[in-house]
Amino acid sequence: MFGISIDQLLFIVKGAGWTLVLSAMGFVGGALIGLPLALARSRGGRALKAITGLYVQLVQGIPLPVIMFVAYFGISISGFDLPALVAAGLAMTAYAGAYLGEIWKGCIQAVPRTQWEAAECIALKPLQRVLYVILPQAARIAVAPTVGFLVQIIKNSSYAVVIGFFDLTYSARVVNNSTFRPFAVFTVAALIYFAICYPLSSLSYRLERRLARR
Amino acid sequence: MNQIVRFDKVVKSFGAAQVLRGVSFTVERGQVAALIGRSGSGKTTALRCINGLETVQGGELHVCGREMHASGVDLHALRKEVGIVFQSYNLFPHMTVLQNVTLGPRKVKGMARDQAETLGMQMLRKVGLEERAGYYPEQMSGGQQQRAAIARSLAMEPKLMLFDEVTSALDPELTGEVLRVIESLAADGMTMVLVTHEMEFARSVADQIVFMHQGVVWETGGGDLLDQPATPELRQFVGNGL
Amino acid sequence: MDYQFDFSFLTSHWRDLLDGAWLTLRMSLATIVFGFVLGVTLAVVRTQGAPLPRRLVTWYVDVIRNTPLVIQAFWLFFGLAAIQVRVPAMAAAVIALTINVSAYTTEIVRAGIETIPKGQVEAAECLALTRWQMLSVVVLPQAVERMYPALISQFVLMMLATSIMSQISAEELTAIGYRIQSETFRGFEIYIVIAVVYLVMSWLLRLTMAGVGAVAFTRRRRLGTSI
Repeated sequence: MFGISIDQLLFIVKGAGWTLVLSAMGFVGGALIGLPLALARSRGGRALKAITGLYVQLVQGIPLPVIMFVAYFGISISGFDLPALVAAGLAMTAYAGAYLGEIWKGCIQAVPRTQWEAAECIALKPLQRVLYVILPQAARIAVAPTVGFLVQIIKNSSYAVVIGFFDLTYSARVVNNSTFRPFAVFTVAALIYFAICYPLSSLSYRLERRLARR
Repeated sequence: MNQIVRFDKVVKSFGAAQVLRGVSFTVERGQVAALIGRSGSGKTTALRCINGLETVQGGELHVCGREMHASGVDLHALRKEVGIVFQSYNLFPHMTVLQNVTLGPRKVKGMARDQAETLGMQMLRKVGLEERAGYYPEQMSGGQQQRAAIARSLAMEPKLMLFDEVTSALDPELTGEVLRVIESLAADGMTMVLVTHEMEFARSVADQIVFMHQGVVWETGGGDLLDQPATPELRQFVGNGL
Repeated sequence: MDYQFDFSFLTSHWRDLLDGAWLTLRMSLATIVFGFVLGVTLAVVRTQGAPLPRRLVTWYVDVIRNTPLVIQAFWLFFGLAAIQVRVPAMAAAVIALTINVSAYTTEIVRAGIETIPKGQVEAAECLALTRWQMLSVVVLPQAVERMYPALISQFVLMMLATSIMSQISAEELTAIGYRIQSETFRGFEIYIVIAVVYLVMSWLLRLTMAGVGAVAFTRRRRLGTSI
């Protein structure tokens, strides 16, 4: 079909599988970093805010491919011989952690001040206020932009191609090198990305509309 | 042409709701007509039909010699002759007052900048704002912004001015300055149609008061109409001090 | 870990690094100009156009925003090569980046346009301004001013994305890094340095764009407030 054999199509789909794996790793890892980061950046002291602010500035000012390279070479000079997935996973985690932290910080700050006061006035301890009053409300606000960022993670996982990680983009590139049918091959790859991302984008958009209406 | 505005059994609906059910009245050159009535009586809709912001669906409406009920009305040309001032001023926030006022003359009438600015300052002087020419809307009070909006419409040198409840959004102490400007325009002979809640003002400045009720002209007369209402509806309206 | 850090490549290759950074900047600036113009144009079509062009723009935006830049760049670059069209890598990169950034710009500007109160549009109409005048003098200046921070962020992101153009043979900063790495085998140090250079460039870009905004948006400059 279009000069691509079934085997080659399956090869590309296999790459798509690894894209999903890397994206999941990035999202989970990023969430584990992002939540404490969001709390620190919204409620922490000056020193904490400065340090975490530096981390966010770094990630937001360095291209993801470069972060991937740093992780890749960093691992090899540490004496470990690990597959590209580890480097890519670390890079995606660092990347997602910073952005999710900022998004969630914004959602926490979007909860009105009065909620904090009310929680304080019924004698809840700080941790309880966060857990029972603030986070549930922040979480509701956070769903739409978080789903939206998940789309970013999936798209940006394609940058792992620079360190030779076998994802959808890499597999497409390999198939192109043997078939020399770039329009067909990369259209197939684009369609697969689209099929994964578009439903998520629509979901995020609908969630945002629903939130705005309430 | 002496009849600047002529409504002849004008009909208009919004979806299922019929807002104008056969409105008929005339405004002659140099006259001031005040449209009064309850909310929902159709007075604002009737005003907005005059400069084409709303379309007429039945009957005939003639404005400055144009047939507003026909298709293919040149709204662009009409709006060079008919000016309107809105309840919420709608000044352009990213421009100074003078820039707001000279925008029309420069872009629509192709005036050169200094010529337009001279005209603009003249208009601002007329509304008492020449010292605020370089200010931005957000730096001024509601009354000043509304006067600036009037100057902006005047700068187009229209044949007819429409005022849509221009003092309703203002604090009471600021309505006076705006009403005085409208008074002076009337004294200068401008043809005007006002939708207003200010009964005293309508009484003193209008040549013709048009009381609208349930989508039709219920009563019309001169300034003393409000003192001698003929129908119970108008009597009730005036009695409520609306 | 007994690794000896070695930054000596800096003394021998600093000029290459500067060349790469300079190309990155040129690529970015060209993309910002073309991408902004295209993005604003499409936003106007999207909000003011007839149903068919509007839908086409929506599809364009949806496709571009739901597929990775890398795939778009590969599709363009390898595709053009396959049909024997000779396009220099820099041009292909700018085209791919422009198409990509324009989709995001369109959405940003469109959001800005939709925040302009209807009353102002009516007032402009009633001053007998033509559609085109209304757009260029009343609507677009305000829309762009309102969304300017979002636009700055988008363009900085785009500058960082130029890094992937190393994959289509553009000689920008990341590509230079890869070349030096293959000669000196000092990957970690090299990419640390490159990361720093990108940090500086993105900071400079932000500053420059903020400066342009301060000059262009007179009202904000004089009053210190945002619309």
